[in-house]
Amino acid sequence: MHDRLVVSTSPHLHAGESTSRIMWLVVLSLVPAGIAGVVIFGLSALGVIALGIASAVFAEALLEALTKRKITILDGSAFLTGLLLTYNLPPNVPFWLPIAGSVFSIAVGKHVFGGLGQNIFNPALVGRVFLIASWPRYMTSFTRPLAYDAVTQATPLAALKEGKSLEGISHLDLFLGLRGGCIGEVCIVALLAGALFLLVMGYISWHTPLSFILTTAAITFVFGPDGLFSGNWVFQILTGGLVLGAFFMATDYVTSPLTRKGQIIFGIGCGLITAVIRLWGGYPEGVSYAILMMNAATPVIDRFTKTRVYGTR
Amino acid sequence: MKSCLKEFAKGIFRENPTFVLVLGLCPTLAVSVSVINGIGMGIAATFVLLGSNIIIAMIKNLIPERIRIPCFIVVIATFVTIAEMAMKAYSPALNRSLGIYVPLIVVNCMVLGRAEAYAKKSGILSSFFDGLGMGVGFTWALVLISAIREFFGSGQLVGRTVFKGFEPAFVLGMPPGALLVIGLLLGFFNVLKQRKGQREG
Repeated sequence: MHDRLVVSTSPHLHAGESTSRIMWLVVLSLVPAGIAGVVIFGLSALGVIALGIASAVFAEALLEALTKRKITILDGSAFLTGLLLTYNLPPNVPFWLPIAGSVFSIAVGKHVFGGLGQNIFNPALVGRVFLIASWPRYMTSFTRPLAYDAVTQATPLAALKEGKSLEGISHLDLFLGLRGGCIGEVCIVALLAGALFLLVMGYISWHTPLSFILTTAAITFVFGPDGLFSGNWVFQILTGGLVLGAFFMATDYVTSPLTRKGQIIFGIGCGLITAVIRLWGGYPEGVSYAILMMNAATPVIDRFTKTRVYGTR
Repeated sequence: MKSCLKEFAKGIFRENPTFVLVLGLCPTLAVSVSVINGIGMGIAATFVLLGSNIIIAMIKNLIPERIRIPCFIVVIATFVTIAEMAMKAYSPALNRSLGIYVPLIVVNCMVLGRAEAYAKKSGILSSFFDGLGMGVGFTWALVLISAIREFFGSGQLVGRTVFKGFEPAFVLGMPPGALLVIGLLLGFFNVLKQRKGQREG
């Protein structure tokens, strides 16, 4: 008789979701962009991705073993961090660069704060910014698409910053990813396919990505090169890491706001900072800095967008 | 004599100004790009600390309580001026690379902290050992931080290249690198302290 009457507090039903299932599905949604990157830049890109993931997983296992905690490499979070970091690297970096970046991401971006769920900043972006500040020479030289050699080419955004002409690149090229850039950011169509999958499955909401992209587009359109309202906003959306950042990194559960309203504020903030860096900053691209800065603002946003508990004032 | 030794030893680890008291971080963050800088800053600060601790312990009964801080500052500034002049005369290159941070020892909270927390209520001899211990503790902390930053940030140690082909991570030579290294070391020493505390119950 005792066993039949179970008294417990809510929630009573488990949806069958788990952190590791979501992590692996996000990894799955990123696979098309990775394949596209390898097709566009050659096998060296695959090597960079593999090394980054392997060292992220290894670093996670090592740190958890050293601090005598449960080893959680199978939950996919370290795998995802390594994957996202390498998607943010140029395809022809020296082999030790993804290793250094992944170890830094996992150690300083994640475990210093106490592991998964405790980190303030997106670990993959922490690693990327560390690499940019440490070895700028490697992080800003990009190979030409479909050339499979060491010929380098400026990214469209860098060319724009230097005031060079962009006539050789059509919007279709940008959409398909035929441009210099980081491994995982170039092929917009593959990224959108992955993002659509996550949206349909309900793992990410449209609030952050849409407000992020629209804000960037609006500001770069208004403050165009030939006076007000002359910016090429389609170009601004399709270049740089905007689509990758908006759908896959600004939507990270741990480091972004919880409420819908907060997510929209977060997206607008990201878009604002990205546009300001692109238009007036020293770097050609600002998506990673924008997301990291808004990560820092997340606790404040959460505090001011807190929902009312039912039954209270 | 035994108590003097204790006063000296506490600054080295148990009350280390950088890693335990977390004082004097401004010069630590700013000058710890090379080991030479670290040693120079450490010696200058130790000299000022010794001088100010001794003088303040001597005149502690003459200083009115309400204006003690300005009095301490005057004493400290005197020794900072001596240190800066000596450095300019004998090691102009070091003085150039430490720049504004030598005169800024005047407002270093470690020096003022020792005057306020220790020298103003202790004897001359124990104040001397307190200052010496704190100075040595500050110096080794600075040398450790700057060795890590110099090695990883520029591939050198005391101005010499260590490995050929090692590509240094520039960020460690820049301000974020200082915060990063000090933060990680603070965490490390806190863990050591906790472990020690647990063992001793």
